[in-house]
Amino acid sequence: MSTTVIEATDVAKTLGEGAGEVQALKGVSLAVAGGELTLLMGPSGSGKTTLLSVLGCMLTPTRGNVTIQGQTTTGADAEDLAKIRRDHIGFVFQSYHLFPTLTAADNVRLGLDVRGQEAVSALAKAHAALSQVGLAHKFDSYPRELSGGEQQRVAIARAIVGNPSVVLADEPTAALDTKNGEAIMAILSEIARDPSRGVLVVTHDPRLIPFASRIVRIQDGNLVGEERPHAKPH
Amino acid sequence: MNVSLTFKLASRNLFHDRIRFVATIVGIVFSIVLVNVQMGLYLGFGRMVTTMVDHATADLWIVPAGTKSFEDPSQLDERLRFRALSIDGVASASPVVIGFAEWRLPAGGTTPVFIVGSEIRTASLSPWDVVEGNVSALSIPSAVAVDRSYFDRLGVSKLDDRAEIRQQKVQVVAITRGVRSFTTTPYVFTALDRARAFTGMPADKAAYFLVQVKPGANIETVRRGLTASLRDVEVLTTTEFRNRSRDFWLFDTGAGAALFAGALLGMIVGTVIVAQTLYSSTKEHLPEFATLRAIGASGTYLYKVIIWQALLSAVIGFGLAASIGYVVVYATAESALPIMMTPGLTAILFSLTVVMCVVSAIAAIVKVMRIDPATVFSR
Repeated sequence: MSTTVIEATDVAKTLGEGAGEVQALKGVSLAVAGGELTLLMGPSGSGKTTLLSVLGCMLTPTRGNVTIQGQTTTGADAEDLAKIRRDHIGFVFQSYHLFPTLTAADNVRLGLDVRGQEAVSALAKAHAALSQVGLAHKFDSYPRELSGGEQQRVAIARAIVGNPSVVLADEPTAALDTKNGEAIMAILSEIARDPSRGVLVVTHDPRLIPFASRIVRIQDGNLVGEERPHAKPH
Repeated sequence: MNVSLTFKLASRNLFHDRIRFVATIVGIVFSIVLVNVQMGLYLGFGRMVTTMVDHATADLWIVPAGTKSFEDPSQLDERLRFRALSIDGVASASPVVIGFAEWRLPAGGTTPVFIVGSEIRTASLSPWDVVEGNVSALSIPSAVAVDRSYFDRLGVSKLDDRAEIRQQKVQVVAITRGVRSFTTTPYVFTALDRARAFTGMPADKAAYFLVQVKPGANIETVRRGLTASLRDVEVLTTTEFRNRSRDFWLFDTGAGAALFAGALLGMIVGTVIVAQTLYSSTKEHLPEFATLRAIGASGTYLYKVIIWQALLSAVIGFGLAASIGYVVVYATAESALPIMMTPGLTAILFSLTVVMCVVSAIAAIVKVMRIDPATVFSR
């Protein structure tokens, strides 16, 4: 049975001030369960990245509550939120955000180094994570020596090396061609097979729909629909 | 190598932009060499101004009241000496005569010299580091000892060379090495009577009396006895006279303050340069720091990266600066005012370098702590 790994309840978020104030989220409730790959889809400016930031404990909601593995984030300060992120959340970014001066193995190892893990075991786990995403032969390569798809796979390895409860991916295929994009989604789908881990992917690309176990649509700061493409008809 | 990634990130950030790295190191090196030179001058000057006191054989100095330093010529009556010898515990009281005189070069022309005269028999203030000739030869009429570094100034070049002081023939019978005066006026050592003749001091006068106490006598007790029985004089221990001379030349003249001000300026310049380069390096790497924050790095983790960067800069900068400093020390060793470097000063300089670099990192740390991790989604 899958359990909820991360949940937003009645979350609102106002960005900017005065005349520039925008209500990016207007009372959103969303739960991501383990063993699922959830697509959060919506047009530009719909609030999907803001929701991802709130779920990822990078933005504090103006109203509402976020819980991760049953632990509320309300009232947490910046250091508490950083700890929640390193303990429970893996991130995959549209532009990878790898460190150009570190090898692939060290980029992945960063995910454990920020947790204070000892170097030798961290490097072994980094190698295992890179193997899991099919880059066993690229341990010592620098990002500039890797293709876009390979860099994103390194980023995924960094996201999963700490065995997080949830992986949040922001437009992970936006900078890739179709073939590489499909390869990345296949890896994320595989990661989401683990019932203790949920994957939430923000995208506006309909080509990703076949990889989703659930699709949530957002528009103007509100969730406007939800579907399960692979659900068996009653 | 499985080093900490904070260290690895710091070193890669530091070496990634070579121009900025060179600018940082030049800033540190410039700053520390400047501090090194100023502090080295301070040490060297401090040691030079007390060199005569340091090399005298005395437990106590009887000096005219208000004497500021060794080179402060004044006169004491010889009768004080005999009164001093009558004090319980006094073994000897040797007169020393000092004063300026004109040295006439063999080839013509004159140059000022600083005469130091003492009893050859008691060797209370004899020349030291004698490399040619010997001190006992100073008992020969007209004999003087000079330092080889002043050969050109004095127009002599070897033992037995002759010149004149106050229309009196002198002959070089001993040559020292490194006995230099911070005033650049050459020291000329000679016997007591000749020193009086050269400086025009009456035969019953002396500049100082150097007291040695009898074995087992308490110096402080003897000093109290001397102070009670002698008028218009001060009785100082060697340490007190050394400190008084040093304080006068370093602080009353403002020379020490000027050296400290130079050192402080060096530190400020270095701190500003390092802070500026660290800050701009951090600013350039802000997306990376934001990524670290986004994936859960604590504030301490981010500090570590910046502090490592500062410490690496400090170690490399100090290594180069210390090397240059030792070259400067070597190059000035024979000069009128040698720059000194001691293990203590080296340790202080290293600590200053580290403190300077870490303080310089504060602005960068403040910048990093204000990073919004959510910016990773907008890049």
